[in-house]
Amino acid sequence: MDVNQYLEIFLDETKEHLENLNAQILRLEQEPEDVDTINEIFRAAHSLKGMAGTMGYKRMQALTHDMENVFSEIRNGTMKVNSNLIDTLFQCLDALEEYNNNIQETADEGTNDNQQLIARLNDFLKTAGKGTEEPKEQKAAAPEAKPDDQKDEKWLDIKLEESQLSVLLAAKEAGKNVYGLTVFIQESCLLKAARAFLVYKAVEEKAEIMVCNPSAQDIEDEKFDLDFSLIVISENSLDEILQAARNVSEIEAVTGAVYEIAQVPKAESMAVVQASELKPEPAGSAQSQNAPAKNDKKAAGKPVVNRTVRVDIEKLDVLMNLVSELIIAKNSLVSASTTEGGSNAGFNEQIEYLESVTTNLHESVMKVRMVPIESVVSKFPRMIRDLSKKLNKKMELYMSGEETELDRTVVDEIGDPLMHLLRNAADHGLESAEVRAQRGKPEVGSIFLDAYQDGNNVVIEVRDDGSGIDVEAVKNKAIERGVITAEQGESMSEKDIINLLFHAGFSTSKKITDISGRGVGLDVVKSKIESLSGEVEVKSKLGEGSTWIIRLPLTLAIIQALMVTVGGEKYAISLGSIQTIEDVGPDEIKLVQNREVINLRGSVIPIIRLSKELDIESSKSPDENMVVVIVKKGEKLAGLVIDELMGQQEIVIKSLGKYISKCKIISGATILGDGEVALILDANALI
Amino acid sequence: MEELKTVGIKGIDEVSEYETFQYIVIKLGSEQYGIDIKYVDNIVRMQHITRVPKVAKYLKGVINLRGEVIPVMSLRLKMDLPDDEITKATRIIILKLEQHGTIGVIVDEVKEVVTLSTAEIEKVSYDGKEERVNYINGIGKHDNELISILDLNTVAVEK
Repeated sequence: MDVNQYLEIFLDETKEHLENLNAQILRLEQEPEDVDTINEIFRAAHSLKGMAGTMGYKRMQALTHDMENVFSEIRNGTMKVNSNLIDTLFQCLDALEEYNNNIQETADEGTNDNQQLIARLNDFLKTAGKGTEEPKEQKAAAPEAKPDDQKDEKWLDIKLEESQLSVLLAAKEAGKNVYGLTVFIQESCLLKAARAFLVYKAVEEKAEIMVCNPSAQDIEDEKFDLDFSLIVISENSLDEILQAARNVSEIEAVTGAVYEIAQVPKAESMAVVQASELKPEPAGSAQSQNAPAKNDKKAAGKPVVNRTVRVDIEKLDVLMNLVSELIIAKNSLVSASTTEGGSNAGFNEQIEYLESVTTNLHESVMKVRMVPIESVVSKFPRMIRDLSKKLNKKMELYMSGEETELDRTVVDEIGDPLMHLLRNAADHGLESAEVRAQRGKPEVGSIFLDAYQDGNNVVIEVRDDGSGIDVEAVKNKAIERGVITAEQGESMSEKDIINLLFHAGFSTSKKITDISGRGVGLDVVKSKIESLSGEVEVKSKLGEGSTWIIRLPLTLAIIQALMVTVGGEKYAISLGSIQTIEDVGPDEIKLVQNREVINLRGSVIPIIRLSKELDIESSKSPDENMVVVIVKKGEKLAGLVIDELMGQQEIVIKSLGKYISKCKIISGATILGDGEVALILDANALI
Repeated sequence: MEELKTVGIKGIDEVSEYETFQYIVIKLGSEQYGIDIKYVDNIVRMQHITRVPKVAKYLKGVINLRGEVIPVMSLRLKMDLPDDEITKATRIIILKLEQHGTIGVIVDEVKEVVTLSTAEIEKVSYDGKEERVNYINGIGKHDNELISILDLNTVAVEK
């Protein structure tokens, strides 16, 4: 079956299930007895397994299968949840996510079997009956017991039950040979189960198969990787059996040796010695080890799937309606223009109608591109839990406004900056338990993540009730690092100093941890947010905590703009940054520190002559009154001197392309009604 | 089916024997240049170019090509020739380059399309000190006229 067409859906849904599992397992840790949560987890794990199986991702399926077993035990009440188990489950989720990422990049799940995780899950299953206090030791032992899943003599991993052992010993005593075999099937093999079955049959003719790992049933169901192991009893020689197995086509290699039946505790070490002496198939085994390595190389390159947006059908219905209205409006216009002596009033009416339709259409298309930020923030509770353990600080994350919607492209990009800020809050922001006790704060630190819409912007706040930013420490550090001079430091406002934190290579953490404090981070956060046309600011009170505020535009593609002319050329300025428009006489301009300023209703505002910035002659004479557009960037104001106002217009932003990217004050271009290109001025870059 | 296959193979053989390329011949001043046709997306008449401030002189600005904003450069200025004189024959050739994306170049005139085989193109050795030579990777002979073949990727590289 060609499943490629379902790949996108598979990836999307897997992601959703994983997010869901993450959230639910977190909840499970808090409320281990909650039946609904357990059922939800079980459902998600089950669908994940089913999907992976359908798509033919065996490793993913194997891992989810074992996870599902664990969940099923929990659901039946035979297993209790503890912190170790939760940790392991989270690692399993990470492994699944890695599979998912591999699939997205290469359409292949990769070659990591995650045997350790599976072994650990199985240990939990085994110990569940005896009680749950033991797993600590079990866990430590488990990875060692199966240290190397790449080795060829995998039959050594088979754990024999006592009854089987006695049968083998009896056979040995009767003068029969006991062999261990491992069969590697070629990676390109399409029908693994069928091949395995043929091998099984061939071996069975020569020998009696005692143990099969995975079980014969699993092999038949294709629930195995590229290899399986057997322990057989036979009167024939080892070579005969190996030959029989190798005769089956699409078999990469078959390794085998005499199986030494030792006393259980010694079995492992003895067998290893035996194996190294007897290594029968060096060439074949080398090949089988090379195969996964080759596979890894594929990982680089383009992701195989395009990004998708899942759209609510209602949103599409609205779109469809608008498009039909648009067609009606166009038809009316056509008829209005052909009607002889058609009244101008009718024409204008149609234009207005058309305008309202296109505005609505724009809004709806925008909504289609919007996704809730939930998909990004839902992984944070898990992260905070991990950080809490790592840093040994007690903390709790409170989130609100996960349903706030943003453009898909923005949502995809916003994850990393938010993660940085949260890590910062957890590492630098929150104090250690002792300090918190001294300051009379509750033992558990709080971090808040709030998202909400504010006009045409979406605001995301990361807040903590920690120690806040020590302005003096920042200043001293900045001087020490040579970011500013001591004199500069004296004259800087508190706000300016805090903003130094966004300076590249600046980190105030006294000790460098692997969580934050390497001097990368805040400057990356800032540049990332700015590349999304957003801004970030900090508010902080020493001893009480800090708040990081990210402001992002709802959409990137279409904006309301003010059209102006400078020296005969047309430019657009985003309406969002414009405060007011003033008519200023030439005598109102004053010079302060050799810079032109105006005094506008009590505040002094610097003046920027656009003609000078744009290298063009102004078409106005110097003694005429000037039109000044007052723009705002954060708290700063500036006046842009233009020649003439043309009016307000909705413009579609087009990129200037990579080729002309050096011009910082131009953020893009737009195509006007007459087909001419007008450039969009970036007021932020001008200030 | 069989027949089709053999015809197809024959066709490929022919190409590999005498490799031929098609070039659009343009004029800059008195000289003729060839542009490999596989990079040419479109040829449009001269139109209003919106100036972009603070960029290299040879970048004349941007134009609107069916709803897309395309940067336009002056081949003359890039080659340190006198600035373009816009006439009725002036054209903008829209090139699609792998590395640089879509770019328009202004030329004095578009003459014709010629087919040159590898045998008719002489490789240029880089002994000349003049920068202009570096934009050329061969000289083609066609009807007793010389056509300098432009190396478009170096032409497009920013100075």
